[in-house]
Amino acid sequence: MNTRQHHRPVRFFHRGEVVEIGHLPPTTTVLQYLREHAGCTGTKEGCAEGDCGACTVIQGELGADGQLSLCNVNACTQFLPTLDGRALLTVEDLGGPEQLNPAQQALVDCHGSQCGFCTPGFVMTLTACYEAHQAAGTRPDRQALADAISGNLCRCTGYRPILDAGERMFDAPARLLDRAPIAAALNALAADEPLVYQHAGVRFHAPQSLPDLALLREAYPKATLLAGSTDVGLWVNKQFRDLGDVIYTGRVPALREIRREGDALWIGAAATLEDAWAALAGAVPRLRELWLRFASPPVRHAGTLGGNIANGSPIGDGAPALIALGADIVLRRGEQQRRLPLQDFYLDYMKKDLQPGEFVEALHVPLPSPHWQFSAHKIAKRHDSDISAVCAVLGLRLDGGVVREARFAFGGMAGIVKRAAAAEAAVVGQPWSEAAAKAAADALAQDFKPLSDMRASAGYRLRVAQNLFTKLWLETGAGAVAPVGIWPSLQGVTA
Amino acid sequence: MNKPETLPDLQPDPQPDPQPELQPVVGRSLPHESAHLHVSGAAPYTDDLPEPAGTLHAALGLSPVAHGTLLGIDLDRIRQQPGVVAVLTAADIAGENNCGPLLHDDPILAGTQLSYVGQPVFAVIATGRELARRAAALARQVIRFEPLPAVLTALDAHAAGQYVLPPMHLTRGEPAAHLPTAPHRLQGRWSLGGQEQFYLEGQISLAVPQEGGEGLLVHCSTQHPSEMQQLVAHAVGWHAHRVTVQCRRMGGGFGGKESQSALFACVAAVAALKLKRPVKLRLDRDDDFLITGRRHGFDYRWDVGFDDDGRILAAEIDLISNAGHSADLSAPVMARALCHFDNAYWLPHVAMHGYCARTNTQSNTAFRGFGGPQGAIAIEMILDGVARRLGLDGAEVRRRNFYAAGQDMTPYGQQVQELHAQPLTAQLLASSRYTERRAEIAAFNAASRVLKKGLAFTPVKFGISFNVAHLNQAGALVHVYTDGSVLVNHGGTEMGQGLNTKVAQVVAHELGLPLARVRCSATDTSKVANTSATAASTGSDLNGKAAQDAARKIKARLAAFAAERFGCATELVSFSGGEVSGGGQSLPFDDLVAAAYLKRIQLWSDGFYATPGLHWDKARLHGHPFYYYAWGGAVCEALVDTLTGESRITRADLLHDVGTSLNPALDVGQIEGGFIQGMGWLTMEELVWHPTSGLLTTHAPSTYKIPTANDCPTEFRTELFGVANASETIHRSKAVGEPPLLLGFAALLAIKDACAAAGPEGCDPPLRAPATAEAVLDAIDAVR
Repeated sequence: MNTRQHHRPVRFFHRGEVVEIGHLPPTTTVLQYLREHAGCTGTKEGCAEGDCGACTVIQGELGADGQLSLCNVNACTQFLPTLDGRALLTVEDLGGPEQLNPAQQALVDCHGSQCGFCTPGFVMTLTACYEAHQAAGTRPDRQALADAISGNLCRCTGYRPILDAGERMFDAPARLLDRAPIAAALNALAADEPLVYQHAGVRFHAPQSLPDLALLREAYPKATLLAGSTDVGLWVNKQFRDLGDVIYTGRVPALREIRREGDALWIGAAATLEDAWAALAGAVPRLRELWLRFASPPVRHAGTLGGNIANGSPIGDGAPALIALGADIVLRRGEQQRRLPLQDFYLDYMKKDLQPGEFVEALHVPLPSPHWQFSAHKIAKRHDSDISAVCAVLGLRLDGGVVREARFAFGGMAGIVKRAAAAEAAVVGQPWSEAAAKAAADALAQDFKPLSDMRASAGYRLRVAQNLFTKLWLETGAGAVAPVGIWPSLQGVTA
Repeated sequence: MNKPETLPDLQPDPQPDPQPELQPVVGRSLPHESAHLHVSGAAPYTDDLPEPAGTLHAALGLSPVAHGTLLGIDLDRIRQQPGVVAVLTAADIAGENNCGPLLHDDPILAGTQLSYVGQPVFAVIATGRELARRAAALARQVIRFEPLPAVLTALDAHAAGQYVLPPMHLTRGEPAAHLPTAPHRLQGRWSLGGQEQFYLEGQISLAVPQEGGEGLLVHCSTQHPSEMQQLVAHAVGWHAHRVTVQCRRMGGGFGGKESQSALFACVAAVAALKLKRPVKLRLDRDDDFLITGRRHGFDYRWDVGFDDDGRILAAEIDLISNAGHSADLSAPVMARALCHFDNAYWLPHVAMHGYCARTNTQSNTAFRGFGGPQGAIAIEMILDGVARRLGLDGAEVRRRNFYAAGQDMTPYGQQVQELHAQPLTAQLLASSRYTERRAEIAAFNAASRVLKKGLAFTPVKFGISFNVAHLNQAGALVHVYTDGSVLVNHGGTEMGQGLNTKVAQVVAHELGLPLARVRCSATDTSKVANTSATAASTGSDLNGKAAQDAARKIKARLAAFAAERFGCATELVSFSGGEVSGGGQSLPFDDLVAAAYLKRIQLWSDGFYATPGLHWDKARLHGHPFYYYAWGGAVCEALVDTLTGESRITRADLLHDVGTSLNPALDVGQIEGGFIQGMGWLTMEELVWHPTSGLLTTHAPSTYKIPTANDCPTEFRTELFGVANASETIHRSKAVGEPPLLLGFAALLAIKDACAAAGPEGCDPPLRAPATAEAVLDAIDAVR
């Protein structure tokens, strides 16, 4: 591909037609576009960081199979050019006060709005949930509804009437979004050249193939690589950082692939968190809690596992799981692929083994043999959408009651996510017993000197991390039947 | 986008009224008047109003230091930033540089003193909001200051004797004499965190010059338009009649927009008049956290004497609130705390000492409950400790201490009239199977190594009225147009509580009309003057009565007119179902109104209400401050992980007294929402200031966690107590805004009860609030 390709406007489907935008800075958020330029003020700003859900919109795109998929995302952290070739649906698309859709009508009937400011966001989340379940011919239970709306904060109602509305909307005669015109428009947009958007001297590239992405990355090694925008959005909204040129990975089909490769999972770097965690939890059921608690559904629909890993935050929940599973990271520069154990990718606080021009292509996750058992824990102030004080994924390979191998990966305990070498050494070769778990807990004090911050004190972090070894024993030792914890997401899960 | 032809014929009620116009309007679960607009995104909030041409946007430059002397600001650097039109400092404020509601100690923009990290120091006015924010973010680089020693905690300030107000003391009887002679003694200290309002709609004001700059219209998200009008007028040096403040609705208030919307209204006003252009100031969420105050955190020291049955004989308590850098509403918040330490209990000998500590942090302010929760939770913690000391059940100890006939005088001299605590508690304990579940939980705990359950009951008695008598007044305007439609305007503000719905119901009831015929319009200082804040839960009590008064005046005129036409006595004329009847005749309301207009009968009226019988001696903290009390009770069950400290409320049973409900659905919404908010405050919502810099490090929803749907108890049952108010309130209803927040106490005490199950019999886990996983594990480890 020619990296000096001609630029063109962003083209997307909105309010029943294809909209072209050529005059706005590429870091204009979808929310700013809606409220300040499109006159659609139904979508609200509550926090501008993807934590409250007041700005929830539905984004539509054609999948690899040509089918239109719809999912709810936070408009406040998405940049306008990422809409290119996609559809944007907001509360204004649902029919107005006189023609409420089932979600809207149920919210009115159940007294689900008080101040009403968060309500359009709930409407969009419930509508996305309604669409997905109607398409699948299923109906969510109350727990699934609570999980679905966990990215939408309401300060007035206490949620009971909103959950009631979520149940009641399925009682009404089905009334679905009309997908045909959206799909038709997106099909037509699919013929567009890959987007190169230029504004005030900076470019936004949205390549559509892996070689093009690699070429661009080499040509613009200083450009900001943008995936789900759930963190980069905050660099702009909150820190006023200048991104310079941007290369967006979200339109590269090969990068979004998740596939089975022998006894391993290949997770493309731009696969969404939702899809990637579904695959991981499918392979290791004990990871289901981390999946449901890894950010909110709108963030999981936009964010990517590759982005979480590449970001390299010591408090990201992706790395502990992947390191405990023994995953490799696959890096690419031009045509060259480099593969290394993920645990070696992190060098020091926010320092990674990543060369200029190189980017994360995929994660290669070996599927554990039946000898492996895992215990996974996220300790935070809130069940949903919270950053971990401590995240731990503890893996054991047992053979005849003896620990043959251990991978204890911790987040939140050091400047990087890393394995607890002393704790692992304390159990490997030992019969697996409560005493061995205690030895690992004691040894952990040599592995980590955590920090105190607004999430937890250093003392608590170490204490709770040590206590997790008791849980590991209770979940994997003699007579263990089920995970030990208080969350409904653990129900029906085995270690 | 939708297929209209497949539109379902949805009914708003499961069993639709055959003739809704004949149903009573008051007492029905009618939806919020804006519900259909909320769900379609068509209900405009201040930021959704079309911006007048030429609107400029403001952002605030914030103090980077907790305490210091301001030496200078490199304003030129700010002026050179893209899009910047002007930079304003304290020197640009033509009138008084104060937005303090009671004391004049709250600068709009910092003068020479920098008093907390986040204090507004200058205002950038730019052509766009992002441009203004980017320039204002340079504050740290352009503000020059000399740092001074900062006091960051209330206990440090208390130790230094540093207060925003003189200490308050309220004593009844002789606690000092009765403490030493009590059979048992409990002495303790306890620490309780504050709470961010987290209204979903942040602070915002849009100031629009009118009449060539002679007037000013301010659209402001505020619970107190009249105070905004006054403070803006003072800031620009005008009389109040030149300033109009409007608010159609807020995206939540919770007390955070009672006094603290003023700073932003004042900045927008000063800038708009200086630049002769409309100016909007909408805060970013992080700035909102950093600038504005919230619920006061409290520290307590208590000394209590009690008998073998757990009856309190004497109590003495210090209550130390973190007021922040200025007084704001800290005085009335502390007064309400002192007036609620008794909660539902007879305390024969009691001494309370209230200290409002001055610290170099945000100035704390109103938040649902207004000090009441901070007062009442102390006695609940004490009674929990008493029960554990004696090995008695917590609910039983509480029942023994309830106000009762002959033991019904509050420490501040008001007799408790309705003694609802006993019957309400009996009903709730039975409906929640409290006793049986106690046994079930004990059995579960005996068999469970890691997970423990806990159960707790707490009651609520909450005083209704502003603690200051003169604030208990309200006005309304009711217009009947010639087509028979009705428009109501009153001094209250709509923040989601459904006030406009209730007031419209009251007016519709008076005039015998279906609710659809009555609308409420935006609160506007040019319509009803000198209003009180929509606060202290008094919104529908005050404004409902004022609107009723206005409607009755119109009704009286129409009745006299109709009596003349019908040839019957005026008393025999009735208004119902959209008809006016009397003497065997009947006329549609519309026709009567049209005819009355032609006869030059006034079809609109003002209305006024002042709550009777209130008096309060502020110096002695004595009198009759409350018109009545609202009662309630909660039973909560908690599940705790004793290895991690994680906890969850698995079941909550709420029974709450709203008198005769004006609208049960809205009241249940307030009860449940208040409970969850109280639970959030006490369990997960943690405020953390950096221990040396004084920066609030939990300044966004990424770090400050309010409850989500999964934190809602799996089993959540709410019932209304259903006894008419003994006081003559609007349709014998009761206020419901604040009291249910106190129901959340049971969540904290249920967690504490589960912690106790991890320790030996009779242990008393030292659980602080909020009960984060860390706090819970600390409490468990202390007794394990």
